[in-house]
Amino acid sequence: MTHAPKLNPLPNNPPPFAGDARIQRPRHGLDPTRVKRDFPIFERNPGLVFLDSAASAQKPAAVIDRVTEFYRSDYANVHRGVYRLSARSSDLYEGARETARKFLNAASSDEIVFVRGATEGINLVAYSWGMTFLKPGDEVLITELEHHANIVPWQLIRERTGLKLVVTPIDASGGIDMAEFEARLSRRTRLVAVTQLANATGAMLPVEAMARLAHRHGAKILVDGCQAAPRLPVDVRALDCDFYVFSGHKTYGPTGIGVLYAKREILEAMPPWQGGGDMIEQVTFEKTTFQHPPHRFEAGTPDISGAIGLAAALDYIEALGRDAIFAHEEELTGYGVDKLSRLPGIRLVPAGQRRLGILSVDVPGVHPHDLATVLDQHHVAVRAGHHCAQPLMDKLGLAGTTRASLGIYNDERDIDALAAALTAAQKLFA
Amino acid sequence: MDARELYQDIILDHGRHPRNFRALVHPTNLAHGHNPLCGDRVTVYLELDGDRIKDVSFDGRGCAISTASASLMTEVLKGKTLAEADALFKGFHAEVTGKAAPVVPTALAEDMERLAPLEGVRAYPTRVKCATLAWHAFEAALKNRADGAATVKTE
Ligand SMILES: Cc1ncc(COP(=O)(O)O)c(C=O)c1O
Repeated sequence: MTHAPKLNPLPNNPPPFAGDARIQRPRHGLDPTRVKRDFPIFERNPGLVFLDSAASAQKPAAVIDRVTEFYRSDYANVHRGVYRLSARSSDLYEGARETARKFLNAASSDEIVFVRGATEGINLVAYSWGMTFLKPGDEVLITELEHHANIVPWQLIRERTGLKLVVTPIDASGGIDMAEFEARLSRRTRLVAVTQLANATGAMLPVEAMARLAHRHGAKILVDGCQAAPRLPVDVRALDCDFYVFSGHKTYGPTGIGVLYAKREILEAMPPWQGGGDMIEQVTFEKTTFQHPPHRFEAGTPDISGAIGLAAALDYIEALGRDAIFAHEEELTGYGVDKLSRLPGIRLVPAGQRRLGILSVDVPGVHPHDLATVLDQHHVAVRAGHHCAQPLMDKLGLAGTTRASLGIYNDERDIDALAAALTAAQKLFA
Repeated sequence: MDARELYQDIILDHGRHPRNFRALVHPTNLAHGHNPLCGDRVTVYLELDGDRIKDVSFDGRGCAISTASASLMTEVLKGKTLAEADALFKGFHAEVTGKAAPVVPTALAEDMERLAPLEGVRAYPTRVKCATLAWHAFEAALKNRADGAATVKTE
């Protein structure tokens, strides 16, 4: 693992590979063929070419087994029982929080709130932080690349807070022009909420620079790390973001669990957004005082096994190496861009200066759903449609796209299978 | 299942060159269909003459399956009585969902035969809605005079 990944701008035509990439040893030490063996789904579905990890990633045996083992040996509710089993369960749950802290390099595990997923994380910020601190005329700045999960919550609290939603457009290359972004920042901007990696196109955003600019204008920044967390090293302190969210199920972990990171002083100032058990300090019918973060935001029995399964997934990712995963994704993305851009009649949806892990294509004259159905018959699983980014599709003038997304188990052969299936589909609909 | 079993020549042909693909100048009834999953939209126009479908057409944008289905639908519905159209709708629905054996009067057997190429969607549950979108819009149009258009969703 000596390869230190550099963020080279990935042009739409990357330099050609020397020789056949398949017979070269990977330079970064991640061997997708071996990784694939860790995922039972591929054993049960031989021939499956799974290119839909951006929607949800497959689960390694390490995650499945850890969850099963937890239910078999250690299960009890957390933070409630005085008996030893409950203490053990609580330790595992809080241990998972510590694993998530390390994964993000947060300063303290008190800054890690377990949520259902990125969607719930963003809603928590909107309803707790937004409803408290946003006043009429305050602006929330997003981009045209956002997932509905980072658009709709702001619209929902817009009526109640009087906030103004400001949108940075994409440029002709499909990326975000920093001058356009900066031009929309002002004293009225209270929050910048941006994706680190656009789920519909694979465009990477310079969130570190965006955070600096946001802070210079006195705004906070929320980074939607759904697609980035499984693909590149994340350091919330280096990023200096105020909020960071990601979903467990896209990071090779279980569904129903995710993480909201927020700086301690911000969480301390935020009121609870749901009431119930576990989040209180003292309750009388007259008055209730609340726990400190993160427990203040985890009302009720949490998804204990989800958190433990997520920790197993994060451990698994760390063992492979975050840098190695990033290098693998970059290399395979380059291979995919190269391969697909050579196919006549297939247009890669532009993704700005840096693309990672996602290849969205438009085949003029062929509807994405027809394309995806034919690809399915070639055992190639991709996503077709608007990818929960309808405003972006409108801007691109597309009803939808056909999206292939990469994971740690994918290799060049998967891309080759995709290219062959695309060509077969084109022939069918010609 | 092979791609060609779903995308038979007749589907590909109607998908590329849909028949009756236009707005009627003087529709008596119309309705919009929308599939929120894929953003497909169709508008079905009818010209009713009493109990009979004098003319029927559609426009919009969709995948090969929904376009071909709409196109074939307009072909079989033209000239039918409302009772016959209803029988065809029910028969077609039963056929593509595979939920019930289609029962249609023998007089309509030939029309059912024309719609048969769409049967292939039965093996693709996510695509059944593509095949039924135009038919649902047709149903909605029957209840909807041209002066106040309604939108049906397939979900
Ligand atoms: C960029 C981005 N943000 C948010 C979400 C929502 O994630 P979830 O559905 O896991 O809450 C997704 C998932 O598709 C995503 O890709």
